[in-house]
Amino acid sequence: MDRTQIQSRLLQLLAGIAPEVDTQAIAPAKPLRQQVDIDSADWLNFLVAVHEQLGIDIPDADAAKLTTLEKLTTYCAERSAA
Amino acid sequence: MFEFRLPSLGSDMDQGKLVEWRVKPGDTVRKGQVIAVVDTVKAAIDVECWHDGVVDELLTEPGATVPVGTVMARLRTPGESATSVAPPRAAPPVGAVAAPAAPAAPAAPTVPTVPTVPAPAPVTAAASRQRVSPAARRRAQALGVDLAALAGTGTDGAVTLDDVEAAGAPALAREPAAAPESATESAPGSAPAARAQAMRHVIAAAMARSKREIPHYYLSEDIAFARAADWLAERNRGLAPAQRLLPAALLLKAVAGALGRYPEFNGFWRDGAFVPGSGIHLGVAISLRAGGLVAPALHDVDRHGIESLTRALLDLVKRTRAGTLRSSELSDATLTVTNLGEQGVASVLGVIYPPQVALVGFGRIALRPWAGEDGGLRALPVVNASLAADHRAGDGHRGALLLAEVRDQLQDPETLDTPL
Repeated sequence: MDRTQIQSRLLQLLAGIAPEVDTQAIAPAKPLRQQVDIDSADWLNFLVAVHEQLGIDIPDADAAKLTTLEKLTTYCAERSAA
Repeated sequence: MFEFRLPSLGSDMDQGKLVEWRVKPGDTVRKGQVIAVVDTVKAAIDVECWHDGVVDELLTEPGATVPVGTVMARLRTPGESATSVAPPRAAPPVGAVAAPAAPAAPAAPTVPTVPTVPAPAPVTAAASRQRVSPAARRRAQALGVDLAALAGTGTDGAVTLDDVEAAGAPALAREPAAAPESATESAPGSAPAARAQAMRHVIAAAMARSKREIPHYYLSEDIAFARAADWLAERNRGLAPAQRLLPAALLLKAVAGALGRYPEFNGFWRDGAFVPGSGIHLGVAISLRAGGLVAPALHDVDRHGIESLTRALLDLVKRTRAGTLRSSELSDATLTVTNLGEQGVASVLGVIYPPQVALVGFGRIALRPWAGEDGGLRALPVVNASLAADHRAGDGHRGALLLAEVRDQLQDPETLDTPL
């Protein structure tokens, strides 16, 4: 999967966690959790989905640093390439 | 023969619109089975039947809006038709039943019965049902999209707004450029706006009643969260996301543990007296992105370990978002917990959800200066816990003991992890 594909998969998974969110309107460089207003339970559900659907297990310590869609996409792209 | 009535959906909702029946006449129903889906201003609700029986007659048409307590269906008790005698026996009772059946109905319309739900593993309960978020369901109606034909891409195959819009968009408009227009959502008809307004209305009614009738008193306490945080970090290390534990589960379990010692905060104020809850069912306040909030119950929190409680909480949040809550989850919370700290505030003093008698609020877990017993000052994770309680049901002294118990329980995460 290339970067674009990964980003669109991530947005799809996010829409599953937060069905009301307009994923097209997310600004990739701005803090993600505020934009989609997700709490810690939503966030963990999202990490579970990323692990199950994309096979990428993001440890808590890393997840805390992935504050934007851009960082998240880069991280997943690197991990899936590795 | 017994009647199935629209159960209480919490004190702030007094009616529901039947979306669909999930049973038909002749079907055998097991206690706890979801037999109807009812839409409310807050969410689409899976409505459970609390008795074994065989469906005799469905009285409410899909699309109809009916008040809580309405007789929606008649069922025969299992004894009335051993296994498969359905059609012949159905005929004679019809005329005779209408009147005498009423007093037999065990669920009083205004007083929610509190079903004892066997503790964990609620995850598979709604598995057979297609998960569709309320927003997606409404959009599908507007666009004329057949939901049954859609494969959802959301969590557990839930059909999302995006799925519906993708299916509903004409082939020509599928270019990304066409999407932002559909995102404005409220365009076709003002359904979402009307719904938001209706939800505001029911929340306004419940909160006004609370502040009008309940003499609240408030207490709060800063609680060192260092041991709990260390324990969580240790437990979560190396675990896949699906096994990780949430801090919120520790907070909920500590409240449940404290309620076990001070049960006068776990229950309802009815007709001038306190009625204890049967079981510790904590309402978890979840804000909805479209506006408003809902506080479905996590059942028997005291009987959970932290892992199963985390899974139950994740499932509850997921189902709240996807619009697949169950009626018992909306009617039987015995105390509500609000965790506004998630949004970054230091503390929250809540409004009690009637007829409950107390509400516990948690602020953000954050590093703060903390003086240790040795007098040394350090930066430690700290969380503020608050109690709003009904002064009719009890006094501040007991409330202080309850909060102190929450604090003490959080100092011993190992014990918290032990189910009752």
